[in-house]
Amino acid sequence: MGSKDNFVKALLNINNIEVIYDHVILVLKGISLHVNEGQIVALLGANGAGKTTTLKAVSNLLQTERGEVTKGFIEYKGDRIEKLTPWSLVKKGVIQVMEGRHCFQHLSVEENLLTGAFTRGNQKKAIKNDLEKVYNYFPRLKERRRSQAGYTSGGEQQMTAIGRALMANPSMILLDEPSMGLAPQLVEEIFEIVKTLNQKEKVSFLLAEQNTNIALGYADYGYILENGRIVMDGSANELSDNSDVKEFYLGIASAGRKSYRDGKHYRRRKRWLA
Amino acid sequence: MSFFLEVLIGGLLAGIMYSLVALGFVLIYKASGVFNFAQGAMVFFAALTFVGAQEKLGFPIWAALIFSLILMIILGVLTEKVVLRPLVNQPPISLFMVTIGLTFFVEGLAQLMWGTKVYPLELGIPDEPIAITLTRWGLNTDAVPNVLKEINSFDLIAAIVAGTLVAALAIFFQITRVGRALRAVADDHQAALSVGIPLKTIWAIVWSVAGFVALVAGLMWGARNGVQFALVFVALKALPVLILGGFDSVPGAIVGGLIIGALEKLAEVYIGPYFGGGIEIWFAYVAALLFLLVRPEGLFGEKQIDRV
Ligand SMILES: Nc1ncnc2c1ncn2[C@@H]1O[C@H](COP(=O)(O)OP(=O)(O)OP(=O)(O)O)[C@@H](O)[C@H]1O
Ligand SMILES: [Mg+2]
Repeated sequence: MGSKDNFVKALLNINNIEVIYDHVILVLKGISLHVNEGQIVALLGANGAGKTTTLKAVSNLLQTERGEVTKGFIEYKGDRIEKLTPWSLVKKGVIQVMEGRHCFQHLSVEENLLTGAFTRGNQKKAIKNDLEKVYNYFPRLKERRRSQAGYTSGGEQQMTAIGRALMANPSMILLDEPSMGLAPQLVEEIFEIVKTLNQKEKVSFLLAEQNTNIALGYADYGYILENGRIVMDGSANELSDNSDVKEFYLGIASAGRKSYRDGKHYRRRKRWLA
Repeated sequence: MSFFLEVLIGGLLAGIMYSLVALGFVLIYKASGVFNFAQGAMVFFAALTFVGAQEKLGFPIWAALIFSLILMIILGVLTEKVVLRPLVNQPPISLFMVTIGLTFFVEGLAQLMWGTKVYPLELGIPDEPIAITLTRWGLNTDAVPNVLKEINSFDLIAAIVAGTLVAALAIFFQITRVGRALRAVADDHQAALSVGIPLKTIWAIVWSVAGFVALVAGLMWGARNGVQFALVFVALKALPVLILGGFDSVPGAIVGGLIIGALEKLAEVYIGPYFGGGIEIWFAYVAALLFLLVRPEGLFGEKQIDRV
């Protein structure tokens, strides 16, 4: 791994974990990664690579999907967390924004946001302040606060989902495919807000994305996942400049191989299994 | 005209009793997507425990009330923990089948504990026209319009109790933190989990509340018809109410109950003679079926939101 010297300061440390679904389906085959305090770390890879599974291993949403961490360990602020329930994790400051947003369709936008503060009990005043803060970051949500979330646009739902997570007052957000199904301009807008939250609210992010280009544009560090294994990692700049990443994930062909077929052939020959 | 009103009011009041039972279904359906077939058995269990504690254990009314409430909560929480939780993420039909099994278990348990005797249930509420009650209390009934004089005191009190319960539940659902979490769980329990809502606690709360509602329904129905096995069929009366009001709507259960109650009585009186009477028993089902064709989600049911 590239940055062992940062190890001590790691906010989140995933160490060689293996995840199995339904007792038999081995999906993560020994993954190690870490997120330092204040970082945005991107987790990249194609469909089915295991990005969501990795995030759910951290938030322990695996529980309800008959998934299980069978090897390795996960530490947050130096404490083991793989046995904790999702709600005690949220209390500790780790919260996941699920792929596909998962807003509460029949609740209003504001009610959605307030559910994010569930674990904070009845600290009415602080919660109210945070609601205003979320509306500051997402003025559009303030306009739609009374609308049923199910009837808002995809972008608004993504904002609601992120805002809802913010209401838990987290120090680490596990953000799964925020760009999914959104127009490029909106994707940009969402990532800008992620960056702002990272800088102003000191929230660290572990960000799963298929959109490699935009993710590397905003992340500090990245890991590339293929088939349940990490095949490459490096700073965002290193990865963006890497010719293999360029070819496979950014869609920029290197000189000499112009046709799609050549590319495919090459791809088959050179798998990422380092 | 005044006869029509009399029938209508009688029907509405009877309807509230249906609402009360329907409410128990709605609560559980809303929060866990399970059609709890055992709700009728829970009503029976609650009523039998209440009278059984008085008859067999010699408890005074208030102690019997608390005792049965505690037992209902334990029953609810255990059901959730032992029966339903292991089946999380199973298809609704499996859950439904399980609640059918649960029905027999709860019925059996109730009779095992308290025997199979039919008990009267005395709440001290007079079962007579309101004019008589008022006169007995030494009140002057001249100011009461004639239509109202005929209203049954028991029906009226049952209606007030049910109405209060419903209002309290509606407020609980709509404005409290736990109520909001409950609705969130009903919408998307994965997402609820992801924001740190403890599903187990929420489900335990829902089952306890459903147990409480079953107790109130059991007391009202038991006081009316005696506490006997037939109480379990009260649940079947809730079915047309649910179809009409929507399976997931608290106000729907109320309005649905009122409509079904009124329709039943009016149909019995005005259409009944053409069928040789006795249509009260099936009329509600036919009405509900017809309604189902027009508006499958019920009057107040939540529409499936399809856009992504
Ligand atoms: N609940 C489950 N039970 C069994 N297998 C699962 C389950 N969830 C995911 N998988 C399998 O695990 C693998 C990784 O899935 P995962 O959702 O983590 O991928 P991903 O990288 O997030 O993909 P995508 O970009 O499509 O979201 C896939 O092969 C998938 O079929
Ligand atoms: Mg995924």
